[in-house]
Amino acid sequence: MIPAWIKNTAFYAFVVIIVLQAVFPFYYAIVTSFKTGAEIFEISYYPRTFHLDNYYNVLFSGNGSFLRNIWNSVWVSSITVIVALFIAVTASYALSRVRFRGRSLMLMTILCVSMFPQVAVLAGLFEVVRALGLYNTDWSLIFSYTIFTLPFTVWVLTTFMRDLPIELEEAAIVDGATPWVIVSKIFMPLMWPALVTTGLLAFIAAWNEYLYALTFTASNDAARTVPVGIALLSGNSEHEIPWGPIMAASVIVTVPLIALVLIFQRKIIAGLTAGGVKG
Amino acid sequence: MSNLTENQKPMRNELQAGRVRSAWIFLSPMIVVLLIVAAWPLSRSVWFSLTDASLLHLYDAKFIGFKNYFKVLHTDSGETLYFGVLMDKAWWNAVWNTLRFGVVSVVLETCLGMAVALVLNANFKGRGFVRAAILIPWAIPTVVSAKMWGWMLNDQLGIVNDMLIKLGIIHEKIAWVADANYSMIAVVGVDTWKTVPFMALLILAGLQMVPGDVYEAAEIDGVHPVKVFFKVTLPLVLPALMVAVIFRMMDALRIFDLVYILTPNSSQTKTMSVIARENLFDFDKFAYGSAESTLLFLFLLVVVTLYIKIGRVNLDGGVQ
Repeated sequence: MIPAWIKNTAFYAFVVIIVLQAVFPFYYAIVTSFKTGAEIFEISYYPRTFHLDNYYNVLFSGNGSFLRNIWNSVWVSSITVIVALFIAVTASYALSRVRFRGRSLMLMTILCVSMFPQVAVLAGLFEVVRALGLYNTDWSLIFSYTIFTLPFTVWVLTTFMRDLPIELEEAAIVDGATPWVIVSKIFMPLMWPALVTTGLLAFIAAWNEYLYALTFTASNDAARTVPVGIALLSGNSEHEIPWGPIMAASVIVTVPLIALVLIFQRKIIAGLTAGGVKG
Repeated sequence: MSNLTENQKPMRNELQAGRVRSAWIFLSPMIVVLLIVAAWPLSRSVWFSLTDASLLHLYDAKFIGFKNYFKVLHTDSGETLYFGVLMDKAWWNAVWNTLRFGVVSVVLETCLGMAVALVLNANFKGRGFVRAAILIPWAIPTVVSAKMWGWMLNDQLGIVNDMLIKLGIIHEKIAWVADANYSMIAVVGVDTWKTVPFMALLILAGLQMVPGDVYEAAEIDGVHPVKVFFKVTLPLVLPALMVAVIFRMMDALRIFDLVYILTPNSSQTKTMSVIARENLFDFDKFAYGSAESTLLFLFLLVVVTLYIKIGRVNLDGGVQ
């Protein structure tokens, strides 16, 4: 038999590796973002200098276009989530609480749409976006992001609502409450935690989206979102990649996300496992 | 007694009918929106793939049948030439890239995810901290992680080469991203790094549903832990695992952003999504790109259907 202390050491060594590999890349991005000038060409495992030049450059040079990108991301993601939740609440009530013909087919369809390859609808979406005059505007993204936020929110909210006790509803039905009253007066107050979780996950998905953002807004500086902004950050010459500013920009947009995720850790894990969909 | 039930029945049916009616009213906004943002664009994409559409000529596109997919041309000199996506080497290269990326990364992610989930399922000090820490890669936007790793994997300035040389694992700096021999490894590595947390948490949720007394009984009977894992734990978490794997598979087979940013223009990593978008918007072969995106859609449809049929996966997670 292997002695217990060896087993324990091996176990904790594995735990340390798990934590280090998860945290190190972001830590290293922070270390890099504080470097300036030629320091970037020296590899260092811990911060030796502390310059904010890169942050200043990203935020305020180039007419503050990165600030604009951040605002676009916040705006697009928020509106997308609000629209999706609004439509999803009633739909998921119907899907989780009422027996009707075609329900499982409907659920399967929703699941399939959420697993859709996004590029498969790109050509058609491009046509719709142009026809509606949304090309190069933030609304093109709010419109197209609904394709993944809506199925996702419906799916997760349906699994949440399914678990609410049936007695709640029975009492209301006996009292003659209409389905709308049941949803708005009885379920909504109980749904807040689920709405926050689902909304947060959908927000992160919209915040991170790249393909549609690149296709529909890349040629307009003012409508770009953060992922496109970071991907298109370029240096003075074509061959010089501005790693310092890129890392600073990465840190700026990631810190709020990590903070949100850590604060709502339990809720997010619950939502992820309920939805089974990658955010 | 019998009178009472007879009176109740029609009332019940009426109630049920009313509920079904309002259910459809409740569903209608979602159905309408999904028709506009999903069904209609999808059908248009398929339509474009059967036309000669280009970016500037979307509306006066003519129907040309399956010529974007397959076309035979007899030249005057008696040669027979084949065109179309199905005869396109670049396309089949992308299919191959997508497949090997999908299979390797999903297998890796499932195994590592299982390992991490087993660790998180054990009782130890600082478990909450570890669970929080592994959420970080998941929370980082893909574009950001592509850039971050692009920097770390840089051949001259990258810290990964520095570490590997210091540890004596490699002796020369490797251009992970730029070198065609390594770029796929880099893409799989970064994707695995980012996605293992997700897999681990899904598997962990399955593990936590295994009742503790199962393990106690096994321990009392003196069954070896490895045997317990394969005979008890794995069969019990298998349903959850199967669902996690199909979600991951669908996600991996449509991958775009990581490949596009980490290894731009590398024929070794170019996936079906990347090549379809390139043809659609960068090379102005709109109809051709539509054909490729349609094929990707059909391909995923086949994969998911086969998986559900063969694996007997219950995707709706027990919706009554």
